[in-house]
Amino acid sequence: MNRIDKKFEQLKREKRKAFIAFITAGVPSLEITGKLILEMERKGVDIIELGVPFSDPMADGPVIQKSSHQALEKKVSLEKILLLVEEIRKKTEIPLLLMSYFNPIYNFGLMKFAGESRKKGLDGVIIPDLILEEAQEWKKISIDAGLANVFLATPTTSLKRMKKIAGETRGFLYYVSRTGVTGTKEKIGKKIKEELLSAKKLSGKTPVVCGFGISNAQQAKEIAKYCDGVIIGSAIVKIIDESKDEKKILTQVGHFVNQVRRGMDKK
Amino acid sequence: MLPNKDGYFDEFGGKFIPETLFFALSELEKRYAKIKKSKKFKNQLDYYLTHYVGRPTPLYYAQRLTERLQGAKIFLKREDLCHTGAHKINNALGQILLANEMGKKRIIAETGAGQHGVAVATAAGLFGLKCEVYMGSEDIRRQKLNVFRMKLLGAKVIPVESGTKTLKDAINEAIRDWVTNVETTHYLLGSTVGPHPYPMIVRDFQSVIGKETKKQAIKHIGKLPDYLVACVGGGSNALGLFYPFYNEKVKFIGVEAAGEGIKSGKHAAPLCAGKIGILHGTKSFVLQDENGQISSTHSVSAGLDYPGVGPEHSFYKKSKRAEYAAVNDKEVLKAFCLLSKTEGIIPALESAHAVAYIVKMAKKWGKNKNVIMCLSGRGDKDMEEIANIFGASL
Repeated sequence: MNRIDKKFEQLKREKRKAFIAFITAGVPSLEITGKLILEMERKGVDIIELGVPFSDPMADGPVIQKSSHQALEKKVSLEKILLLVEEIRKKTEIPLLLMSYFNPIYNFGLMKFAGESRKKGLDGVIIPDLILEEAQEWKKISIDAGLANVFLATPTTSLKRMKKIAGETRGFLYYVSRTGVTGTKEKIGKKIKEELLSAKKLSGKTPVVCGFGISNAQQAKEIAKYCDGVIIGSAIVKIIDESKDEKKILTQVGHFVNQVRRGMDKK
Repeated sequence: MLPNKDGYFDEFGGKFIPETLFFALSELEKRYAKIKKSKKFKNQLDYYLTHYVGRPTPLYYAQRLTERLQGAKIFLKREDLCHTGAHKINNALGQILLANEMGKKRIIAETGAGQHGVAVATAAGLFGLKCEVYMGSEDIRRQKLNVFRMKLLGAKVIPVESGTKTLKDAINEAIRDWVTNVETTHYLLGSTVGPHPYPMIVRDFQSVIGKETKKQAIKHIGKLPDYLVACVGGGSNALGLFYPFYNEKVKFIGVEAAGEGIKSGKHAAPLCAGKIGILHGTKSFVLQDENGQISSTHSVSAGLDYPGVGPEHSFYKKSKRAEYAAVNDKEVLKAFCLLSKTEGIIPALESAHAVAYIVKMAKKWGKNKNVIMCLSGRGDKDMEEIANIFGASL
């Protein structure tokens, strides 16, 4: 069984919700990314999403655009990120996913990418510009390699389509909280509760996780009531960007994720 | 007829987009399919193309240029005479009518040279729709005149500071806006690029160029031409000219921007020097590095300064229906001056790429051949940039 599925089973038994953290790989360096993964696990993160930088991140807001650009300036590539996964896998069993636009993966070669990922201990992939209709070839390859391919659903996805997506996603269904790009927002829309509940209904046994715009413990706790977990990205990336040195990055991020964890676990 | 129902031209095209946009593209596809068959829509578009844009545009025999080059007879399809100064208005009006029909009140667009931005600002103004245009700050610098025109027409021009600050980044930003405001906004994409159905819609609206050319060729030359030549950035003027001749024995040649030379790496010629990849929602030839990161491009013309190209062109290349060549900035500037002096027509720097290719080939083709070139736009917008290059002050 895939580490992601195992994790959700464990959370279900413990009656807890999943906390998934996103960081851009290679910011400020791949070495610190490795340390951050271990630190975030220690402080209560369940699953980690590593962002693969891309020159044209069309679904991302300013915070992740900036970090993506910084990573590219440091020549971070898919190949180097997979090497980091291999290294970190020796130290932890935390589920690891890559979030990458399709072109870097397509350019790497789908078969080669799936094979390498499996060998190095990656658990899944999220490709924000690969919708169901375009993913047929990749779906087969990823299933054969035992990689979870996570599909996204959004407020503009029809219920009929959501059912189809929920049936084809692996690991979990990524529900995007609003129309728009990644980034923090002060308020989360009112409709999200109903939307998540209907997504839950349609997804059956597949966990539903909500992301985009969640930036603090309160929001995380509130959203997690209606689904199986939350994803926080830009808020963490911003802390990394604003912290001066390695030590600060680790303590600040550790502090933040711990706050979120405690908020989510509070009865 | 291509594309197929999934938006593919053989292996090229498709919809590589965030899930949020799926419904909007599906809706666009459905509404377009319906409207395409509507007599009322056709009449409305014809009306504006005739009385507002000034169509049909002439097919002009460039006699002095032909004599100078001592080769094939050269005819110019005068899209530079369209209202707003380029072929871009054909697509802008078509899509504005479509958006109006769909009840969208806000229009967004990207622009490189500013010709598409001006066309959209014009068409949106004509129908009283709110219009915002994304433009790279580097392009704002080199196309000041068009920026001012857009503002006069009532559009808001939003500078894009990310990435290379050119057309590609303007498209990223327009897509981000569309993802956010998709329920109220129509994204009026200006070239035969992007996710399906855009490459098809833009091609269809631009096909008026080729349809007219076909009739005019029969009338003026007495037969179809031997060659069709057009510059290719995203590829809309080229496809507009080529597409109606698809089943005819006429050779197609698309001319890309070689910038400082293909070998220098500073160019914008994905069909000549790129490999297959995914950019802005479509699978096509793309300039990219070994890690799949999109390359920065260079061209003297802002309108061709783009690392991708329409999927239908990639299909024409692969199936050998068309040939693609590239000319460098120097050749383009020479051709720009030559056309100005011999014919009294100052071409847009984009269109001057097609002229430059003909300058190279006319003699080789020989006097008994006929070539029709799409003069996609006029050069007024480029005066400041050209003056800078030649060290003149305005």
